[in-house]
Amino acid sequence: MQDFLEFKAISKGYPGVQALSDVSFSVRKGTVHGLMGENGAGKSTLIRILSGDQAADAGEIRIAGEQQVYKSVRDAFQAGVIVIHQELQLVAELTVAENLWLGRFPARAGVLNRRKLIGVVAEKLTEMGIEVDPAAKVASLSIGERQMVEIAKAVMVDARVIALDEPTSSLSSRESEILFSLIDRLRANGTVILYVSHRLDEIFRLCDSLSVLRDGKLAAHHPDISEVTRDQIIAEMVGREIANIWGWRSRPLGATRLQVDNLAGPKLPQPINFSVRKGEILGFFGLIGAGRSEMARLLYGADSRTQGTVAVDGETVTADSPAHSIRAGVVLCPEDRKLDGIIQGRSIEENMAISSRRHFSPFGILNPKKEVELAETFIAKLRVRTPSRKQDIINLSGGNQQKVILGRWLSEQGVKVLLIDEPTRGIDVGAKSEIYEILYDLAAQGMAIIVISSELPEIMGITDRIIVMCEGRMAAEIERPDFDERRILAAALPDVSNVAELPLQQVQSR
Amino acid sequence: MTSLKKLLLGEQGLVVIFALAFAIVSLTVPNFLTERNMLGLLQSVVTIGIVACTMMFCLASRDFDLSVGSTVAFSGMVAVMASNATGSIVLGLLAALVCGSFVGLVNGVVIARFRINALITTLATMQIVRGLALISSDGRAVGINDPGFYQLALSKFLGVPTPIWVMGILFVAFGFLLNRTVFGKNTLAIGGNPEASRLAGVNVVRMRIWIFMLQGLVCGIAGVLLASRITSGQPNAATGLELSVISACVLGGVSLAGGRAAMAGVIVGVLIMGIAENVMNLLNIQAFYQYVVRGLILLLAVLLDNLRSVAAGRRG
Repeated sequence: MQDFLEFKAISKGYPGVQALSDVSFSVRKGTVHGLMGENGAGKSTLIRILSGDQAADAGEIRIAGEQQVYKSVRDAFQAGVIVIHQELQLVAELTVAENLWLGRFPARAGVLNRRKLIGVVAEKLTEMGIEVDPAAKVASLSIGERQMVEIAKAVMVDARVIALDEPTSSLSSRESEILFSLIDRLRANGTVILYVSHRLDEIFRLCDSLSVLRDGKLAAHHPDISEVTRDQIIAEMVGREIANIWGWRSRPLGATRLQVDNLAGPKLPQPINFSVRKGEILGFFGLIGAGRSEMARLLYGADSRTQGTVAVDGETVTADSPAHSIRAGVVLCPEDRKLDGIIQGRSIEENMAISSRRHFSPFGILNPKKEVELAETFIAKLRVRTPSRKQDIINLSGGNQQKVILGRWLSEQGVKVLLIDEPTRGIDVGAKSEIYEILYDLAAQGMAIIVISSELPEIMGITDRIIVMCEGRMAAEIERPDFDERRILAAALPDVSNVAELPLQQVQSR
Repeated sequence: MTSLKKLLLGEQGLVVIFALAFAIVSLTVPNFLTERNMLGLLQSVVTIGIVACTMMFCLASRDFDLSVGSTVAFSGMVAVMASNATGSIVLGLLAALVCGSFVGLVNGVVIARFRINALITTLATMQIVRGLALISSDGRAVGINDPGFYQLALSKFLGVPTPIWVMGILFVAFGFLLNRTVFGKNTLAIGGNPEASRLAGVNVVRMRIWIFMLQGLVCGIAGVLLASRITSGQPNAATGLELSVISACVLGGVSLAGGRAAMAGVIVGVLIMGIAENVMNLLNIQAFYQYVVRGLILLLAVLLDNLRSVAAGRRG
């Protein structure tokens, strides 16, 4: 059969990262094509370019031989290309039918044609085998039903290409099955489906062909999925050389510093147990939404716990707020620096001193001399590149912002446990190794460090031990001598078969 | 052009505008630059000035308080009625301050603990408290029995009336609180990024409750001084005060988006509001027009705030 959807030499760069380079592959009409890759491999970027949300730097997309030029998502929509994201684009307070007609309501002189509004939708839904009441408000539907409505929206406009980005990440297995049969029906009608997923079982269940992206390049293209194995795909996803930018070296480990027992919270219902020794760097790996950051937030007291105890050096920490944790020597460098880390509009100095100033501010009255001293000390020590300590933190690069946040905690006396979530996200290579060096120094001084990362090479490069999380539970625990990319990734990839047993919010990414 | 822009939109822009306006008015309006008129002007901004001290904290932490006008009236009523009933001015004053703080506490707890939108919450308490003031007096003004109460507003120290001294002391105190204490820095941090502040160990809920309580306390002080000046407790006093106070703060460079505030700016903002009113009185402009002018000043203040953040954003 003829190639219908073609990607030709697509490249796209962001400041500091080449997200896609020279990606070419094609998909035949009436097939489902899988798109796999690690976090950051370039899948989302490719989907964004297809949806018209972003323009490629080079290369072209062809549909049925015609070159496609989209200036906006609307252009792509009108060309029959529809991307369904993980965050659904439905208006919760409108009905199913209204959502499906949104933007082009059937009306005469501004007065709605109610019969057509409901009737056409009811017809389409029955045709697709979707059992949803067209007059029901979207807010009253389950996540799975909303997903169906989203797909119905694509069918309503006779989409030629539908891209689904991790559609089952929040569905139960029964809902997933309904989705799969809907996809089968669309395929039979000749629609091209681009299916992005981490779940190999689904890929094998649904797809006719498969492409694997790695570091923005096409790592493999399989026109016939029956010729590949699960292990082969994993190898293609991770198969990279590890350059030695990590600089890891062994350290003497001391007694247990942090003991976590039965820790659980609303977003992490299954209790978690682990411990970290003095001087140890423990890694938490998992796909987005696996519960790593939720674990860190619970441990830090940023979210409230339903159960569990945390003990530092044998003493239980009553942490129901970050302030308590800090006083017990547990600190967090958050995942999203911009949202949760930096205080924009305030200087480096103020961002550093926000917590530790309580040690030298009697009766809450500031000691400006000490604050200056503190800022200068840590700017020098952590090599923060800035013209002045008075600089607004928003003007610093990601790496320097991270250093300021590290400075915030290092200026606290007696930090015992450092939680650092995505330590180098959005940070260039040079600054990365500087941050790793800081972490090694701190560990050597006896701090227990927990590194959370979705970058497999990083977590393997800098930690002494890795706990792999998958769908809210600990899936594996691996010591450094046994580090193996395939083993770690296999543990992190969920099986579709046991999704039904999990509550929704746990599987959903934050 | 660019240097002028820099001057007007920069840190000291407001002071420049104020100095210009002051010079022009002094030269053109007769009887403006006299000791008598200057003291009168300061007297007229006492209520706005005092309440602006804490409104600045409220806005700096990304909050909002519409209930200040009602609280001023209510605590004035309480002061008069309590001192009439007990025969003790001190008890009356204490009762007013306690009532003002209590209103602030309620605002703070509802907003910070129960996470209700500050606009809605204080809109509600604004009406509740005004209602309480009307109910307690049956809608009529309550005269002061003890002439000693008048002395609060009438007495002078070094030739300057006491209320102006109180305002000055509060300016200094809250300037110190903002710039030189952990409380002030935490207020600005919360306004800059509440979640990051919480994760950095700031007790955001407690901070916000304290800020609202201080706001209530300060409204109590303003209410007492106002009652003394108008020689009675008026349930309808200080209507629309919240708007004048917020205007003054915004005019003074306090960002409605939080995280930016300066005492000096707020003082200048208060004075601009006072001068505008004073000048219109001196020029015998009808009171009705003053509403229009006040509205225009607010609009200009917000536009200026917007221009300023755009300019700041470009620099960043």
